[in-house]
Amino acid sequence: MVLISRSALRDCGKGLLIIVVLLAVWEAAALAIQNNYILPQLGDILSVLFQPAAPVLGGPSMIENATVSLREVLAGFGCAALLAIPLGLIIGSSGEVQSYLNPAIQVLRPVPPIAWMPFAIAWFGIGINSILFIIAMGAFFPILINTVDGVQGVRTRWIEVADMFHATTFERFRTVILPGALPMIWTGLRVSFGVAWMCVVAAEMLPGTTAGLGFLIMYAYNLGQLQVIGAGMIVIGLIGLLADTIFRAGQRRFFSWQGRD
Amino acid sequence: MEPVLSVCEIEKTFFDADAACPALRGVSFAIAPREIVCLMGPSGCGKSTILRIIAGLEESDSGSIRPAADNNGGTARTAMVFQDPALFPWLSVYDNIVYGLRLAAQRVPEEEVKRRAAALLALTHLGDFSRSLPHQLSGGMKQRAAVARALVVEPPVILMDEPFSALDPFTRRELEDEILRIRTKLETTFLIVTHNPEEAVYLADRIIVLSPRPGKVAAQIPVSLPFPRDPADPAFLSIREKVTRAVLGVE
Repeated sequence: MVLISRSALRDCGKGLLIIVVLLAVWEAAALAIQNNYILPQLGDILSVLFQPAAPVLGGPSMIENATVSLREVLAGFGCAALLAIPLGLIIGSSGEVQSYLNPAIQVLRPVPPIAWMPFAIAWFGIGINSILFIIAMGAFFPILINTVDGVQGVRTRWIEVADMFHATTFERFRTVILPGALPMIWTGLRVSFGVAWMCVVAAEMLPGTTAGLGFLIMYAYNLGQLQVIGAGMIVIGLIGLLADTIFRAGQRRFFSWQGRD
Repeated sequence: MEPVLSVCEIEKTFFDADAACPALRGVSFAIAPREIVCLMGPSGCGKSTILRIIAGLEESDSGSIRPAADNNGGTARTAMVFQDPALFPWLSVYDNIVYGLRLAAQRVPEEEVKRRAAALLALTHLGDFSRSLPHQLSGGMKQRAAVARALVVEPPVILMDEPFSALDPFTRRELEDEILRIRTKLETTFLIVTHNPEEAVYLADRIIVLSPRPGKVAAQIPVSLPFPRDPADPAFLSIREKVTRAVLGVE
């Protein structure tokens, strides 16, 4: 079996080409400027990246920082999912509930999660709980909105099939509405994981944190170590890419039927 | 013979922006066991509405249907096949077919589920595709799976709402023959809504023609030609013309 098609390899090659060009431009500019406080050289960034287990700037290693961030994201994202999926299923199933909640949701949804920071600190104090709150706020709405859309997008005809066989209300939910809405819920999880990942980095930049990729970037900034900032940014990007790839693979594996019935 | 299904004085009015729109006015007919009845009529005469009322997907304003629906876990009175197969795209063909059996209303032991599924997969020539997902099937195969899904609960009457209208003429004929085969083998009764006079005469023992909206029974045309029927046979053509005229309301 061919794991990667020829056209996928070609696309991958095109993408890599642009990355190589960008890196070359970066390196050329760094060599021309010759100032590590403006643009660090690639070699310095890579030397940080290639020692992922070594202490960075006398603090936790890159792996430890990434693990802290990832753990925070998973906790905040998990809390958001546990709240947003059931709520979304209820709102999607009941026009009555939706008419009560929708205005509040639409007002809260566009508020950037970081804007909650002052409240988060006032309510939860400086530290992990505030960070988790910010992440959960960011992750909550994409999951909620996609779950509602998923439930409302379930075809009436599928529900009629369940009714025709005298399915109970719970059976109709379990055998038709939930599986029918799952692809959209999955999309919501994927989008919200990306948002959560952005939130953790921003939230860790605030005072009171002692580890995490956002902390590392802010700490390196205070010490003027731009090569560490560059390395931290690359790690953030790579973990984000990895997570998205996993979600996409899940989508292909479990929801290959979507839109093709 | 005791009818397997009696529809008695069904009335139904829809309300569209507060304007009353009568759809059915006193529709009555009965169907005998093993009979294939085709329901025809001009567009909007309420053919599909009658089917949906019989299937329990819609409520009538008045009138009655016998035997009455048993919503307390009894055997399904009818099962319906829609114009689009409406298979659950996330379930395999096998799981789609046995869907109705796994609900509390039926709760059939797993061995019986397997036995019925195997028989229906063979009957509808889907044995090699039982593990496939619906999107991997052709249109005709999907509709055969939908027919199997309806048959699996062994309903006394199968309702079909323009089941083959989305299929090409060759697949359509194959499936029509399949219906006739199923009737012979399983002694199932069919009530089929169709727009196609040739299909009606090819399949039906009797054709019920509804009047334009609000629909009521305008004519009942028996088709006593022997099976298999030949659409080129002059007797066939003459009944087809009679049916067409009845639907159009011309003498």
